[in-house]
Amino acid sequence: MKPFTLDLSSYPSLGEALRTANNKWANHIALIEADRDRENHRLTYSEFNSMALKLAKSLQSSGFKPGQRGAILMSNQSKWLVSAYAIFYCGGILVPLDFKLTPSEHHSLLKHAQSTVLITEYPLWMGLNRSIENEELTRMTIVVTEAPDGEDLKGAQNWKRYLEDKLTQPPQFQPRNREDIACIVYSSGTGGNPKGCLLTHDNYLRQCQSLMSWYPFWPGMRYLSILPTNHAIDFMVGFIGPFICGATVVHLRTLRPEYLRTAFPQYKIAYVSVVPMILNALETNLKLKFSKLSAFQHWILKRLIDINRLLTSNKPRPALSRKLLPKIHEAFGGQLRAFITGGAFANPTTLQFFYDLGIPVVNGYGLTESGTAVTVNDLKPFRSDTVGKPLPGVTIDILEPDQAGIGEIAVKSQTIMKGYLNEPQLTAQTIKNGTLLTGDLGWIDSCGHLHLVGRLKNMIVTSGGKNIYPEDIEANFNDIGVKEFCIFSVNYVWKRHSLKQEKLMIVLRLESNLPFTPLLLKEIRNRNLRLFDFRRVSSYLIWQQDFPRTASLKIKRDLLAESIARNCGPELLTNL
Amino acid sequence: MSTIEETLKQLLELTSKKFHIPFDQLNPEDDFFEKLDINSLQVLELLTQLETHFQIELPDYELQGIKNFGTLAERIHSRLS
Repeated sequence: MKPFTLDLSSYPSLGEALRTANNKWANHIALIEADRDRENHRLTYSEFNSMALKLAKSLQSSGFKPGQRGAILMSNQSKWLVSAYAIFYCGGILVPLDFKLTPSEHHSLLKHAQSTVLITEYPLWMGLNRSIENEELTRMTIVVTEAPDGEDLKGAQNWKRYLEDKLTQPPQFQPRNREDIACIVYSSGTGGNPKGCLLTHDNYLRQCQSLMSWYPFWPGMRYLSILPTNHAIDFMVGFIGPFICGATVVHLRTLRPEYLRTAFPQYKIAYVSVVPMILNALETNLKLKFSKLSAFQHWILKRLIDINRLLTSNKPRPALSRKLLPKIHEAFGGQLRAFITGGAFANPTTLQFFYDLGIPVVNGYGLTESGTAVTVNDLKPFRSDTVGKPLPGVTIDILEPDQAGIGEIAVKSQTIMKGYLNEPQLTAQTIKNGTLLTGDLGWIDSCGHLHLVGRLKNMIVTSGGKNIYPEDIEANFNDIGVKEFCIFSVNYVWKRHSLKQEKLMIVLRLESNLPFTPLLLKEIRNRNLRLFDFRRVSSYLIWQQDFPRTASLKIKRDLLAESIARNCGPELLTNL
Repeated sequence: MSTIEETLKQLLELTSKKFHIPFDQLNPEDDFFEKLDINSLQVLELLTQLETHFQIELPDYELQGIKNFGTLAERIHSRLS
């Protein structure tokens, strides 16, 4: 089936749009769930609907009312989506929680969101229930999936038993309006107090329509869900988008690389969202395989890649690329249309590597506060050096640009959140006159593409008056042979340090059990010399702990900087 | 059937061998990320080895939030029982 024009303007809510989709695509496969390489089950839209309605009925029987909040704390699986639809069906506000947080953080968010319902998995429930802060849980309806039969769930309901209602009377669909809150999404961008972004049904429906106009789904297409579904990207392109369009979402229930690799050919995946780290791992794996080819085979492959690059310079030609490089495409199932990435910095050379093989990486930019994405690469033509163009309905302004055109990125769009839960001051600081101040720095080129260069706060101004953005420089140190690294402005880490003569530092986390060798130092110095003198890093610091990362594996720079400042002073920096 | 203590002992022995850390330096309450200096992908590798050794299957999702050897041994033991 071919793509169709999506018009969501007539739907008042996500619940209504999903309800229509469930009827429209009743006999199509909505979900495939596998445990490693063993398939657990497939659900048609009709079966999905039936399961969700049982849950909705039970939730309503438990007193769950429109406008109340229902949290989901689960890893990626079918029941996540079933639960989300049931909450929308009841007119509830969905609170998707990050399952990788600690029980204490979960408690804090559940309390902050004032959830009256929690749907979670047995192992996560065990962690929550063991925690001493479980008083909050006693007033909630808690439903636990995957619980062993007969297990005492300490007041929580077993999913299997909870759904046993015979549906003598179906649940009542509770309508919501466009301006009602659909979700409270906690931004994982920073530490500190929880920031609950209030996103409306209108925000999501508009976001879905604009994204699907560029990257459509249709029945029969399959999306592999790897990023956590609570994450904005997977929530939209791994649930709302494919469901409204009748496509299929595949859950694997594992992140072990050997099973991820086999899922592509096994399920003929069309789209998958990934973090740059996974792209890097796939690139390394492919390059390793290429290196094992004979000199002649390697020469042929290189020529074919060159031809593909030439023929796809204006736009992707998937059918042609599959013919030119069949083995590579077969390894990815032969149906892969694109990797989707965003949020973290993606190395342009990696993006180009995949594009040259005929597999575009759709790079975008967005914040939880703005829905899913505000800019996306439209592949007309492919650009590895930008985060794409504003999506339909989005206007980007660069505030107070410097001489190079770089300034704070400000977003105007109907997809921007209503505000932060219980934080009117913070909301007023972040959204001014309907414009979202992102705190990110960027510039727009003559083709309308946005270039992201860093965060507002972590930057330096050289004595020559030039602004330097650490994130921009990091690409220069990729693959230097350390486990991870991060570049900071020295003054950003030690905030009371002198503001004069700002300098950059590189924080190195070495591979386990490997010492800091003269060879590594030499490599860092060589890389540094490749930079213009005003952009060079002045010093390094060896750090003994893993960097804190968000669920999407972005480095939590604020936390890392705070941790460094807490544990040592700038005197420990060694000059490069 | 082995006891939980035996399971823990085997787990620590295996870890000691794989990561070249003396057995007597490993404790049930140790955070294995910190003690072994490994990331989440390396933990998945360790789990694959444990599965082979104990001839069980440890689903990724069951191990969310588990960070120390003692709790990991409990989870393995529940699969053995």
